[in-house]
Amino acid sequence: MRPLSLATRLTLLFAVAAAIVFPTFGWIIIGEMEHHFEESDTAELRIIADAVYDALAGIRAPVDLPPVERRFEDILIGHHSASLYLVRSDGQLIYESGHHPDLSVLDADNSIPEDHDSIQLLIESGNTYRVLWRQIGGEGSAVADVHTLVVATPIDYHLAFLAEFRGTLWLMVASGVIIMSAMGWAAVRRGHAPLREIVSRMKRVSATEGAETISPESVPSELGDLATSFNEMTHRVDESFQKLAHFNADIAHELRTPITNLMTQTQVSLSRARTVEEYREILYSNMEEYERMAQMVGDMLFLAQQDSGTVQREKGLVDLVAEVQGLFDYYEGWVDERGVALELVGRASVIGDRLLLRRALANLLSNAIRHTPTGKTVLVRLSDTDDTIRVDVENPGLPIPVDDLPKIFDRFFRVDPSRQRSGEGAGLGLAIVKSIIDVHGGTISAVSDDTATRFSITMPSAGS
Amino acid sequence: MFLTGPLSSLIAGERVMKILIVEDEQKTREYLHQGLTEAGFVVDIARNGLDGHHLANTEPYDLIILDVNLPDIEGWRILKALREGGKQVPVLFLTARDSVADRVKGLELGADDYLVKPFAFAELLARVRTLLRRGAAGAIDTKLTVADLELDLMRRRATRSGQRIQLTAKEFALLELLMRHESEVLPRSMIASQVWDMNFDSDTNVIDVAIRRLRAKIDDAFEPKLIHTVRGMGYMLDATIEV
Repeated sequence: MRPLSLATRLTLLFAVAAAIVFPTFGWIIIGEMEHHFEESDTAELRIIADAVYDALAGIRAPVDLPPVERRFEDILIGHHSASLYLVRSDGQLIYESGHHPDLSVLDADNSIPEDHDSIQLLIESGNTYRVLWRQIGGEGSAVADVHTLVVATPIDYHLAFLAEFRGTLWLMVASGVIIMSAMGWAAVRRGHAPLREIVSRMKRVSATEGAETISPESVPSELGDLATSFNEMTHRVDESFQKLAHFNADIAHELRTPITNLMTQTQVSLSRARTVEEYREILYSNMEEYERMAQMVGDMLFLAQQDSGTVQREKGLVDLVAEVQGLFDYYEGWVDERGVALELVGRASVIGDRLLLRRALANLLSNAIRHTPTGKTVLVRLSDTDDTIRVDVENPGLPIPVDDLPKIFDRFFRVDPSRQRSGEGAGLGLAIVKSIIDVHGGTISAVSDDTATRFSITMPSAGS
Repeated sequence: MFLTGPLSSLIAGERVMKILIVEDEQKTREYLHQGLTEAGFVVDIARNGLDGHHLANTEPYDLIILDVNLPDIEGWRILKALREGGKQVPVLFLTARDSVADRVKGLELGADDYLVKPFAFAELLARVRTLLRRGAAGAIDTKLTVADLELDLMRRRATRSGQRIQLTAKEFALLELLMRHESEVLPRSMIASQVWDMNFDSDTNVIDVAIRRLRAKIDDAFEPKLIHTVRGMGYMLDATIEV
């Protein structure tokens, strides 16, 4: 399955983070508020209870009841709807405020020690009360008789306020999560804008347009490498396009000439009747042309295969001395006829494809022999240093013009275009050499002066 | 000089050799048929893999030339089916791609030789003869003789009309190749490959020079001339052709 998009992942991450953080805050806030309300309720209840105690402590005799009752009423003033219920241990109801919750559901807990309150919640007929329950009086107290005091205060408006606040808070939390997610998504989109820009430029790369580049400074630092790589890639692609365009033009040109020749010759031949002998001559002549074309196409195919890297290459230890010697044998008769000598000095081995390397050496050698004047010597020098081997093929002869030197490995390049038809092939020989050396990780170069021309190959040595 | 009449010396032993060509491309099929027929073989053709497979299984052939890129059944499968069916007839396969993988696959499946398209007809003919000869291998020659030219393979000596001829090692190998393929046209590429192990087209005239030097030794002072240039195709050693 395809992984989630980066935008989705980051948005989800933001949402999850918000969904954890905001409710935690809300929960803490509500907890604090509840705690605060409880404290203030309890404090209020205690103030009332303490006041009741003080009032009772002032009573010396039970006869003073009416003024005490007044004092109880005074106590309750300013405490909203708090209610009071006081009963002596002998069951005598001392005071009961105008209205109070039904306390029968609460059990009188006689074990509650003096000055130790029991705080309870009481829900009665839809209203909620906080209730303080205290035993007062008794031995050693300012109040002689033991009383049970109950103070209750309704907390409905606190609860209503909390409920409303909770509702608002959760709404805010939910909005917060959504807003955070949306902002996260927007930020990611914005963050990806440079990427989309690169993508849209990549889409515009085509054969016809020049390479577009992205300045690495114009994108966020994280994408700098990408921009640089992209620029390098477009540069390489551009180069390949250019090469390919030239190569195609060259192929068309190289093939058009022999095909035109063949057509013209055939048309002329057919223009009137000829002897069998003449027809035969024409066919032979045609065949030579076909052979040249077939060889050129074969060479181009070879180059294309090397370029594409699809050919399987064999790898083995190649003794270059044996290869050069074999080629000397092969060219023996030919060089004898031309009055050219061959000489090999040094030794070297290399890891590579024997047949390919032989072909490269054969091309270099035949090229050198062809350009060597009678009576002179073609010298092949092999040398093997620590990590590279070197092959020099040197022949005396006319120098290659300095301007042409960099181009001699180009496909279809000929130093002297007029020599095209004198058995020098299609100008692919040295391109093939270069291609073979390239796939072996080597380099080839040429130098030429008035005395000699030298081609030098360097390749990684067999030992390294 | 050119050849007159069919190259009729192409019958191994006494029997006429029968060849099946499985090839879907019409022009190739036609020139192979014509060329091999004129070279003295009996030739059957199949236009597709199905017919080819059927013919190969029902008729006795001395050689099958099999294009591996067929529209219906892949040539490889025909080859595989033949070998699995116990048929040991030599198979030469034609492939359009010069890929090592193709070659290895074909030879692993039991093909005997291959040619990469496009190929010279002379090359095909030479390969066909080699394969047919391999099938009818006789005793190992120790001495080759054509007219009054003798090649003693054991002592590495060449004589013509009883006269000893000094040959270099490569000249000896070249002459041996020509004599073993008496009356067959050998293309330059095949000579380069067999004598010097050079398996690429050369734009030099190395082979022509080598032949010229060999001629100087075995033909110049003698009659009849044995080494013939077959224009546009290659060289041939033959004692009977009129110049």
